Amino acid sequence: MSTTHTVEDGFPEKHFLNQGTTFKSWATTIDHKRIALMYLVTVLFTFFLGGVFALLLRIELLTPGPGIMDAQSYNRVFSLHGIIMVFLFMIPALPGVFGNFMLPLMIGAKDVAFPKLNLATYYIYVTGAAFAIWGLWNGGVDTGWTFYAPYSTTTVTKVVPVLIGAFIVGMSSILTGVNFMTTVHTLRAPGLTWGKLPLFVWAIYGTAAVQVLATPVIGLVTLLVAAEAGFGFGLFDPARGGDPLLMQHLFWFYSHPAVYIMILPAMGVVSEVIATFSRRQVFGYKMLAGSTLGISLVGFFVWGHHLFVSGQSTFNAGVFGVLTMLVGVFTAIKVFNWVLTLYKGAIDFKTPFFYAMGFLYFIIFGGMTGIALAVVSLDIHWHDTYFVIAHFHFVMVGSVVMGFLAALHYWFPKMFGKMYSDRWGLAAGLFVFIGFNVTFVPQFLLGNMGMPRRYYQYPEVFRTLNVVSTAGAGLLGFGFFTILILLVVALVKGKVAGPNPWFSKGYEWNTSSPPDMHNFHEVPVLVDAPHAYEKVPEGTLKAEEEAKTEAEGAHHHV
Amino acid sequence: MNELIESLSWMNDLLFMAESTSTLAPKIDFLHWQVFTITMLAFFGIAAVVIGLYIRYRRKEDHQVTEIFHPPLWMEAAFIAVPFITFMAWFTMGFHDFVWSRTPPKDSLDVYVMGKKWMWKYSYPDGPNMVDTLRVPVGRPVRLLITSRDVIHSFFAPTMRIKQDALPGRYTESWFEATKTGTYPIFCAEYCGLNHSTMIGSIVVMPTREYDAWMDDAKRNTYASRVDLGMTDQQATMATQGARLALEKGCARCHSVDESNASLPPTLGPSWVGLYRSERTLADGSKVIADEAYLTRSMMDPMVELVQGFPPLMPSYQGILQSGEAAALTEYIKTLKKDSPTKLGAR
Repeated sequence: MSTTHTVEDGFPEKHFLNQGTTFKSWATTIDHKRIALMYLVTVLFTFFLGGVFALLLRIELLTPGPGIMDAQSYNRVFSLHGIIMVFLFMIPALPGVFGNFMLPLMIGAKDVAFPKLNLATYYIYVTGAAFAIWGLWNGGVDTGWTFYAPYSTTTVTKVVPVLIGAFIVGMSSILTGVNFMTTVHTLRAPGLTWGKLPLFVWAIYGTAAVQVLATPVIGLVTLLVAAEAGFGFGLFDPARGGDPLLMQHLFWFYSHPAVYIMILPAMGVVSEVIATFSRRQVFGYKMLAGSTLGISLVGFFVWGHHLFVSGQSTFNAGVFGVLTMLVGVFTAIKVFNWVLTLYKGAIDFKTPFFYAMGFLYFIIFGGMTGIALAVVSLDIHWHDTYFVIAHFHFVMVGSVVMGFLAALHYWFPKMFGKMYSDRWGLAAGLFVFIGFNVTFVPQFLLGNMGMPRRYYQYPEVFRTLNVVSTAGAGLLGFGFFTILILLVVALVKGKVAGPNPWFSKGYEWNTSSPPDMHNFHEVPVLVDAPHAYEKVPEGTLKAEEEAKTEAEGAHHHV
Repeated sequence: MNELIESLSWMNDLLFMAESTSTLAPKIDFLHWQVFTITMLAFFGIAAVVIGLYIRYRRKEDHQVTEIFHPPLWMEAAFIAVPFITFMAWFTMGFHDFVWSRTPPKDSLDVYVMGKKWMWKYSYPDGPNMVDTLRVPVGRPVRLLITSRDVIHSFFAPTMRIKQDALPGRYTESWFEATKTGTYPIFCAEYCGLNHSTMIGSIVVMPTREYDAWMDDAKRNTYASRVDLGMTDQQATMATQGARLALEKGCARCHSVDESNASLPPTLGPSWVGLYRSERTLADGSKVIADEAYLTRSMMDPMVELVQGFPPLMPSYQGILQSGEAAALTEYIKTLKKDSPTKLGAR
């Protein structure tokens, strides 16, 4: 790549953050980078909100009997925790923040295909979130985030506002998906063939496909359940002639692919981070890209593994079990390829790399416990117990949040031009890692013992493990808080990062930090594949030295 | 095979697994141990490789150059084949056990199970009805025919390793054969509202002779077995019949009959202690005296005279309580005076 010497070293005078400083310039921006930051602020808020409710739950669960709240409140709090975390953080966060910021940079484009639509998706998301939070605060809901009928259609709590909020947020997700897919198809810079796409772009592309195809189904479900709760339609409640299993099938048809919306971008981040910090393109680029598409596709066919003991037929259970095993193979392929990217690499253990390694740990255990659950006979015991809760927190919090934090720490210098303290970054990451394990490993054991989910009170025998889990949650929260502090400190008085503090050959590092409003000063021509570290980059001190010593005839080993 | 499973049963302790009390449990547990062991081996193997590679290939300078190479075909094939074969092997073994768990033996004892907010009720086809406690003989397969009165519940007996959702409007089936006598928990495993976490029951596994004796006794005595209440020597007065009915019909789940026991959670319905002849304020503000007529009306049509401050949750017992039974309950309520409440048993 020949663009390094046109990029400003140090902190650029003009960049997307100061090109326009009025409120209006932000509120009406169509710059994907500003939209990404608006998403960032909002998802950090929703993550905080969902986290507060999680801590309240864990405090209540310190005691087998009633603690700090009554049963009705507990049921609402766990519903709040799930709904906020799933719909208002996990689904929008990685695509909305890092998909938005990085996708155009990584393909050499000035922006996404539909910049105004991009802004609209943000406002739609905020509207849906406001609706949902207002609904949760005012008389909603005690149904859990899965709102199974007929409980959800006959409960005294108000479900309709929250369902409408979820519907609106879903619209935002669909439009984001449309935007990103179109961007990848139409706005790649000259020379960027599909075979050279950065793996994060593959991940966003695979995610976008799922967003577009699956989200309409949850839109349908939220409307149907709202209609039944509000107007007494009889689709799901047998007392009105309906079928309770139909609701579950419709719900999980979206909600299973939804978890791939959550994990695929995180996997893409991990590919980028491991490539940069091992200075090797990922071992088996084609396998990784192919597995991404494989997860996207096969992920649509496994939803019935949520219904093994629901009354679904034995035959269906078999079919869904086999398909679930298939989708697990793709993740295994990815894990092997990531690990072997370290072979003959040049590894620098910085904070983003720590989070990528953390991701590996969590995806191995989260993924293997998922495979264990897909062994149908084992699921009889574990379904609807804390084992399942531990499994999905390992993949959703452990893996996805690790991926989010990896992205945040990897691209922080690119987004803001400043660098944070790596020591504090690692320390905070360690708090999060340890806190997470102390919180959720006991929950696997609670599931083995037989403790069911969504239990406000529990038999005494489950107490000790619950106390340990709560202690871990405290440490986990503290870890997140530490991350917030260290990044805010870096924003205010961090060292200048320069255009490429990680010496990465990812395409997004070809511009200043922070980038100019229009990303590049001239359209880049992307000849080399990203993360090709077998050549010394032109224009660097090292290249000039080499050229000099070669000219002097000296033998120089690299 | 059985000796192998026996010798590995310490793994259950390591994994905090619930006790193993049915013929299904060892099958589930054996596969669980295999999956766990191979997962841990895989993890430690991968971790060792990662650590080794990190140590060997640490970065020496900022712009260090590295080789480009691609995985050989045999390696790509291995990456696919090894997980695929392992996962499919586990699936095959597990699905085999799953089908076995869904196939009740022909000579099973049938019990009808009904979940309703927030209790479990059992009905033996030519025997008694029970609430919360399911009595079965050891060593005989028992087939459960499960349904729900209202929302989706789930019948979960962890030590038997069985779980089956209870759906309104249809019956689902499960079965187990207990291998040990004792008392084991039943949980509701599908969130069903306010008291989901207290919808707990027990399976009492009895030696065959004791079970047969209990069943004979229960068939002769239309109400709950006297053995349950430890009242073998007492006369069956109307009030004591009412006490049994309060347990059997589930009244005591929502109406407290013993205010001296402070560790019990507050109940959903008005307490019965001091209820008789007290003045009640109804939801519409009017007042009424709780006499025999009021108490009977409340059992048959509870929504008409709902007491202020209580949720509209009580189902009607029309057709469920015979008139003699309603009378027995009323007599029982009359004995529950404020200063001398009657202890009704474990709940």
